[in-house]
Amino acid sequence: MAKISLIVNGNPVNANVDPRTLLVQFLRENLRLTGTHVGCDTSQCGACVVHLDGKAVKSCTTLAVMADGHEVKTIEGLAADGAPLHPMQEAFREHHGLQCGFCTPGMIMTAVDMVHRKGHDLSDHVIREELEGNLCRCTGYQNIVQSIAAGAKAMEKSDLA
Amino acid sequence: MYEFKYHRPETVRQAANLLIKNEDAKLIAGGHTLVPVMKQRLASPPHLVDLSHIEGLNGIEMKGRALVIGATAKHAEVATSAIVGEAIPALAELAGLIGDPAVRHKGTIGGSLANNDPTADYPAACLALGATIVTNKRRLKPEEFFQGLFTTALESDEIITKVMFPVPKKAAYIKFRNQASRYALVGVFVAKRPSDVRVAITGAGSDGVFRVTAFEEALKKRFSPKALEGLSVPAEGLNSDLHGSAEYRAHLIGVLARRAVEAASAKA
Repeated sequence: MAKISLIVNGNPVNANVDPRTLLVQFLRENLRLTGTHVGCDTSQCGACVVHLDGKAVKSCTTLAVMADGHEVKTIEGLAADGAPLHPMQEAFREHHGLQCGFCTPGMIMTAVDMVHRKGHDLSDHVIREELEGNLCRCTGYQNIVQSIAAGAKAMEKSDLA
Repeated sequence: MYEFKYHRPETVRQAANLLIKNEDAKLIAGGHTLVPVMKQRLASPPHLVDLSHIEGLNGIEMKGRALVIGATAKHAEVATSAIVGEAIPALAELAGLIGDPAVRHKGTIGGSLANNDPTADYPAACLALGATIVTNKRRLKPEEFFQGLFTTALESDEIITKVMFPVPKKAAYIKFRNQASRYALVGVFVAKRPSDVRVAITGAGSDGVFRVTAFEEALKKRFSPKALEGLSVPAEGLNSDLHGSAEYRAHLIGVLARRAVEAASAKA
């Protein structure tokens, strides 16, 4: 077993984990943060995307021990419980950027990372290129792209990062 | 995934000692090849030695006329580095074509080279640019380093520390992606160097990355897509699978090489 200490959604977490535990397993099974999904489990679909030190990563391909000493943000950490949604979440709701919702947490975490790197004025082309690592198997991507463009703009006026 | 012991050295020397002490230990940096392979139980190293906490192993800097990239520099860091963009923009573009944004936040240049996947992008850049792969023991030329499918000259206690790329006059990388995996079905890196031209191909060769000397000689005489007209590579020795026949890959090499020369010419 390995001792790890990390910050998850702003809260310090200490745990003893088997080194082979994946970050996504640790988040879902140890911390019960089940908003992060396991889709393909092969780093292709992006349902497991979380932020590690502010950058989007695939938590199904990251060992929990390698997150030791780092900061993790999951979909649960975007907005406080009971508070208004994060502008990117709100944009997905408003623009029907989901159908079954399975890919949505990963889509939104990828979208927020995209805004951090590429700014608030995102063209459809940039959004589609940046969604390379996120698969949706029901909506087609039209509404997801619209949601991200709108969410990116809304984030400019929001206090939530 | 099978059980393993996890080690976190703070220096390259400590990491090398851990490799010597623990037989069949594997190095991990970004983990974006090793973790998937371990999940499939295709690899089951009893020890993992994590390089990601070694300081100073991920630097990007110019040293004289060479661009030096540390082994644990991530693809996203290379893709967005102003130093790389200034010195060898083709290399920054190549890094930005690997995987997807999340993968680029984790995967490293050292990991890509040490794995020597026949469809990986960095091996083509190393071979075309005439890079020097520096380890804790020695310096290797790409011709010595790459030894066929998933095989390199690295010894069991050898660790890549950095890669030195001489700055070319012009260079470009054109990648034709496999529509499903997004790895290179064929990738062509063309570099016009002070004394010669090199054309390196990834994705196509059944023995990994290789150079096309016939193209290189023609381009040395005249660095123009027209110099490649009428030239082709034989389909023999190229991969043939459900994604494309050897003949199709041979055809792509010619097309992409011409596009790469055009792109390289447009840049300078």
